[in-house]
Amino acid sequence: MSYTLAEKILKTHSNVDEISPGQFVEADIDLIMVHEQLGGRIHLEYKKLGLDTVWDPNKIFFILDHWVPAPTISAAQMHQDCRKFAEEYGFIHNMGMDKGICHQVLPEMGFARPGMLIVGSDSHTTTYGAFNCLSTGIGATDVSVVFATGKLWFKVPESIKINLHGHFEKGTMAKDFILSLIGDISTKGAIYKSLEFHGDGAKNLTIDSRMTITNMVVEAGAKFGIFLPDDRLKEWLAKRTSKQYRNVVPDETAEYQRELTYNLSEITPTVAKPSNPGNIAKIEEVEGIEIDQAFLGSCTNGRMEDLRIAAKILEGNKIHPKVRMIVTPASREIYLQALKEGLLEIFLRANAIVTNSTCGACIGGHLGVLGPNEVCISSTNRNFKGRMGDPTSEVYLASPATVAASAINGSIKDPRGLL
Amino acid sequence: MDLIKGYAYILGDDISTDDIVPSHTLTMRDSDDMVKHTLEFIDPYFSKNVDKGNIIIAGENFGTGSSREEAVHVFKFLGIKAVVARSFARIYFRNLMNNGIPAISLKWDLNQFAKEDVIKISLLKGIIINKSKNITLNFEKIPDFLMDILENDGVINQLKKKL
Ligand code: SF4
Repeated sequence: MSYTLAEKILKTHSNVDEISPGQFVEADIDLIMVHEQLGGRIHLEYKKLGLDTVWDPNKIFFILDHWVPAPTISAAQMHQDCRKFAEEYGFIHNMGMDKGICHQVLPEMGFARPGMLIVGSDSHTTTYGAFNCLSTGIGATDVSVVFATGKLWFKVPESIKINLHGHFEKGTMAKDFILSLIGDISTKGAIYKSLEFHGDGAKNLTIDSRMTITNMVVEAGAKFGIFLPDDRLKEWLAKRTSKQYRNVVPDETAEYQRELTYNLSEITPTVAKPSNPGNIAKIEEVEGIEIDQAFLGSCTNGRMEDLRIAAKILEGNKIHPKVRMIVTPASREIYLQALKEGLLEIFLRANAIVTNSTCGACIGGHLGVLGPNEVCISSTNRNFKGRMGDPTSEVYLASPATVAASAINGSIKDPRGLL
Repeated sequence: MDLIKGYAYILGDDISTDDIVPSHTLTMRDSDDMVKHTLEFIDPYFSKNVDKGNIIIAGENFGTGSSREEAVHVFKFLGIKAVVARSFARIYFRNLMNNGIPAISLKWDLNQFAKEDVIKISLLKGIIINKSKNITLNFEKIPDFLMDILENDGVINQLKKKL
């Protein structure tokens, strides 16, 4: 038998001799990530089981990131419930609220490694696929099942092979590619599927870029998005963990439900119009639309390469007087690095507001909530009605370069001429 | 759990968990408060008008987006008996089943269901009958291990028995 990446990793985690799409398996979980959901639904569900332990307190990564520091009393209470639970059950990897967004901090600390099977209480848990592991989001009840047993059932997915070639042209980024892909296959094009990224183009991508792509595969409905291992990944991991890992590569004769090929040099700036990530348009179709807010941040695009390109565009410029720009680095590590490189000064001198690392504006929680009828260009991953604030507000999803160019311009702008 | 009877409530494609439970309600601690906002941007009167015993009949990619399980809890709270959709987002599918609400995948046409139609479902037979329109449709039967979760009114009850 020959296997795809998803099949291989699920097989090594379940007690089966053979594996094929459509099959149900019970798999051992290597790591589970939980955030504020713990104080929302999870603690209520888990308490119903009447257990006073969890299966393995060493395999739980717990972090507060969505509403930090707490903007409301109810958020503060949610945090209290979280802390109490983490303490009561002796979580070893309790990250607190000062480190940043879960999907950035977990890999940064070396917790996502090749060959692992990771689940998390958040749909963008797919992000860790950039590290050659299988990872996906689950709800609160499934988290409770994992807390109790360390296992979860999976339906083995069919895989789609995405062949990437070449390099991005100046001013075009991973975000433009993943938005184009979602536009091509639609928001339901990969439901229950695993997306595997192959080719020289995939190797050319930075780890930051790979994370942007695996972060948003879920917007096409995918269960997993996964990259192959290479030297770039090896180097990245060497800096962050001394733990052993085993690279996983798919068999050459593995079967794919579908194959798609992209030349990255042909990708051009792309946006998702309100109010669905599948409502894709080329930059030319939306240029000139006036904006009230520009948001640079989130687990999709709040990393160093994102801040660097935005700073390059903003340096020596001022944000349009009618626009407010909010910059939220994805983690404290990134915040510190941006500080060191002088990027935060560039943002501040351009009149942007720099916030602490949190989900913040991405979820319409705090630090940049939109008012009625406001328009925002955002480097985030979802633009559902009311996602970032009032239900009449509108969100355009775009790359960090497009966000920065638009912030200066006062309306949506193609960044390519500015670099 | 086999036979389910109820009234159809129709929803479209790509209904997200942000639609079902808007982000701004996520830190609310009282379920009664949160439930009032269910689907508020799509149908402001949903939580008032929905009947205990409604069956949601939706389009493609139902429950897309965030993993927030509150988007199932509000349905449970409001007494939704089953959700039928052309396709489900995978996390939402799991969350429904895990909470004892049957998630039924069915490719249906607009002329086959309308609001308030009287619906009868047999999970074991894999059939759904629209009594108002006098039509019977077949769906792929739910695998036994998921039926067991439904029989137990959710995976937590099922697990409790095993522990
Ligand atoms: S930054 Fe946004 S998308 Fe990412 S985990 Fe936070 S709320 Fe979710």
